[in-house]
Amino acid sequence: MNNSLYQIIVIQFKSFFREPAILFWAVLFPILMAWVLGIAFTEKGEGNATVYFIYDLRKSRSLEKERTETFGKETGNPVKVKFLYKSKEEALEAVKKGEISLFIEEKGDSLIYNFDPANAEVQLTHLLIDKGWNKNASRSRMAALTTRGTRYIDFLIPGLIALGIMNTCLWGIGWNLIELRMKKLLRRMVATPMKKSTFMFALMITRIILSGFESVLLFLFAYMYFDMQLEGSLLALLLIYLGGIFAFSGIAIIVASRTSSSQVGNGLINFVSLPMMVLSGIFFNYHNFPDWAMPVIKSMPLTVLADSIRSIFIEGYSVTEILIPLLILFITGAITYIIGLRIFKWY
Amino acid sequence: MPVIEIKNVSKTFKTVKAVNELSLTINQGEFVALLGPNGAGKTTLIEMIEGIQSPDKGEIHIMGKTWKGHAHELHHLIGLSLQETKFIDKLNTEETLNLFGSFYNLPKSRTEEVLDMVNLQAKRKTFTVNLSGGQRQRLALGIALLNNPKILLLDEPTTGLDPGARRELWYILEKLKKEYNTTMILTTHYMEEAEYLCERILIMDKGRFIAEGTLNELTQKHGEGEIIEINLDKEINLSGISGIKKTNWEIPNQKGRIYVDNIAETLPALTAITSTQNIKILELECRRMTLDDLFISMTGRHLHE
Ligand SMILES: Nc1ncnc2c1ncn2[C@@H]1O[C@H](COP(=O)(O)OP(=O)(O)OP(=O)(O)O)[C@@H](O)[C@H]1O
Ligand SMILES: [Mg+2]
Repeated sequence: MNNSLYQIIVIQFKSFFREPAILFWAVLFPILMAWVLGIAFTEKGEGNATVYFIYDLRKSRSLEKERTETFGKETGNPVKVKFLYKSKEEALEAVKKGEISLFIEEKGDSLIYNFDPANAEVQLTHLLIDKGWNKNASRSRMAALTTRGTRYIDFLIPGLIALGIMNTCLWGIGWNLIELRMKKLLRRMVATPMKKSTFMFALMITRIILSGFESVLLFLFAYMYFDMQLEGSLLALLLIYLGGIFAFSGIAIIVASRTSSSQVGNGLINFVSLPMMVLSGIFFNYHNFPDWAMPVIKSMPLTVLADSIRSIFIEGYSVTEILIPLLILFITGAITYIIGLRIFKWY
Repeated sequence: MPVIEIKNVSKTFKTVKAVNELSLTINQGEFVALLGPNGAGKTTLIEMIEGIQSPDKGEIHIMGKTWKGHAHELHHLIGLSLQETKFIDKLNTEETLNLFGSFYNLPKSRTEEVLDMVNLQAKRKTFTVNLSGGQRQRLALGIALLNNPKILLLDEPTTGLDPGARRELWYILEKLKKEYNTTMILTTHYMEEAEYLCERILIMDKGRFIAEGTLNELTQKHGEGEIIEINLDKEINLSGISGIKKTNWEIPNQKGRIYVDNIAETLPALTAITSTQNIKILELECRRMTLDDLFISMTGRHLHE
């Protein structure tokens, strides 16, 4: 059998897997990024601080020269404090020089924490130390949230999956079409009895499979390395995924509908993808943007997609809870396909 | 019924009249060459026949059908190659043929036949980016031949090929003509190609046909017979030699072209005169008028510039 739908899909796959650079950027790079960012923001290393301690010399006991103690283990952000035993003059001098921002003075039975008002973080350190030394006297206790779903990695992976869907469509379909037009292959192909609808359909099917493969790899990595879980419905995830591919392949067709210049094409694709990548809250929550921007940000297809995927992963959403985003994506896809194909230049 | 019928077709790009009121009728089995300098309008005309561009004015009928409403049938009738197509880089020759074959619903065995026809069996596993220019042109021809087309439309199929590769392509086309009675239009800058392959030659310039016929007809109608190109060590006095139609000197009476009716009659007289005038012949070339010569004499320009 030599079916044209099958052939077009197969050649897409072959060009994908025969280009090691594409393989790297599409598959390995997102995983690498997840790994680096996940570690950087999820597992913070120990903090360090140096604190001078001034003894009350009226009390008699053996004096140490220095000591190291770790505080706040239970917060998930432990601080390792190095105490140096000095005089008050030395301490004031060191604060002025910026060498330390906290020194502790012993006055009889009480302790006075002196800190540099310019350094806000040191207030936290002081609380940690104080709490550490008065463990038994205090009623309150600190506990870090380490449950799944609240970590940065849980926020990041769904975003990266959404970003991957957008990129695979815009570059894989949009760029591909522009290149085919540039090479005059598009006009060569439509000068045969090939069905245009078959051709477009094949491009979309290819992306559904390839992007699925990329997303699954990314999730598998997060599952094995960070113990990430899917809380919500797999069917919901599958549907929103298809909606994403449909919407972004429609957008890709519009982007690629007329130009046959690689520079213009490159510019157009970046013009569409960069604002969404920045604003749609892929890497950081978009709620830090001003309120007036919210309606715009929330109506971007990438925001809709990323938020839905995130809700399914973290909040355990099911199909009924993502009906509206699903509808938005499919309508976006339908409209962009209709417009895109109408203005599409095959020759 | 004519295979291709073109009536008063025009196409204008902004200010350029690429094709200007052309009419042409081509019958079954005819091989027609479109010959002309760059920008003559060859590609525009052939792409209008292929249905890739549409004329501003005029009508094109292929087997009695127009492109409107019959695109699917016509796509099955026609095989074509564009002026410089590239292929998908990381696909090999065989895969590329399979892909295009699938558009015509052809079995993969057809790929084998075509690989044989265009002599690319040895390159079947080579990525198209790694094919040489000539191999790529043969692949383009192979794609054009996949569906056993009744009509072949080839836009500069041999441009950039060495003479050997060009000849190889000619043989393939010649065979098609003999075995399948294919109808073909081919554009070219090479008059030997037009002369070898095509009984009918159309010379095109600035969107119009300026001459039409077989090479013989063209040279008889428009040409000035035969040419003696000569280079002498001093000036010659040609008076007294009969059969000279025209001279075209680079160095007056010393180096240039002499247009004659018949070389066989004029040449002996010419050599006789050189010896009586004690002139040494440095270079001498006698030939029939070529299409390029013809083109120069019609437009004052070379075919390939
Ligand atoms: N898409 C276009 N837009 C603008 N002008 C065009 C376009 N296509 C062709 N032309 C112009 O029409 C004229 C004829 O072009 P065409 O490509 O048909 O020439 P040609 O005979 O095939 O030349 P060549 O031998 O170089 O291939 C040229 O002046 C060209 O600049
Ligand atoms: Mg041309």
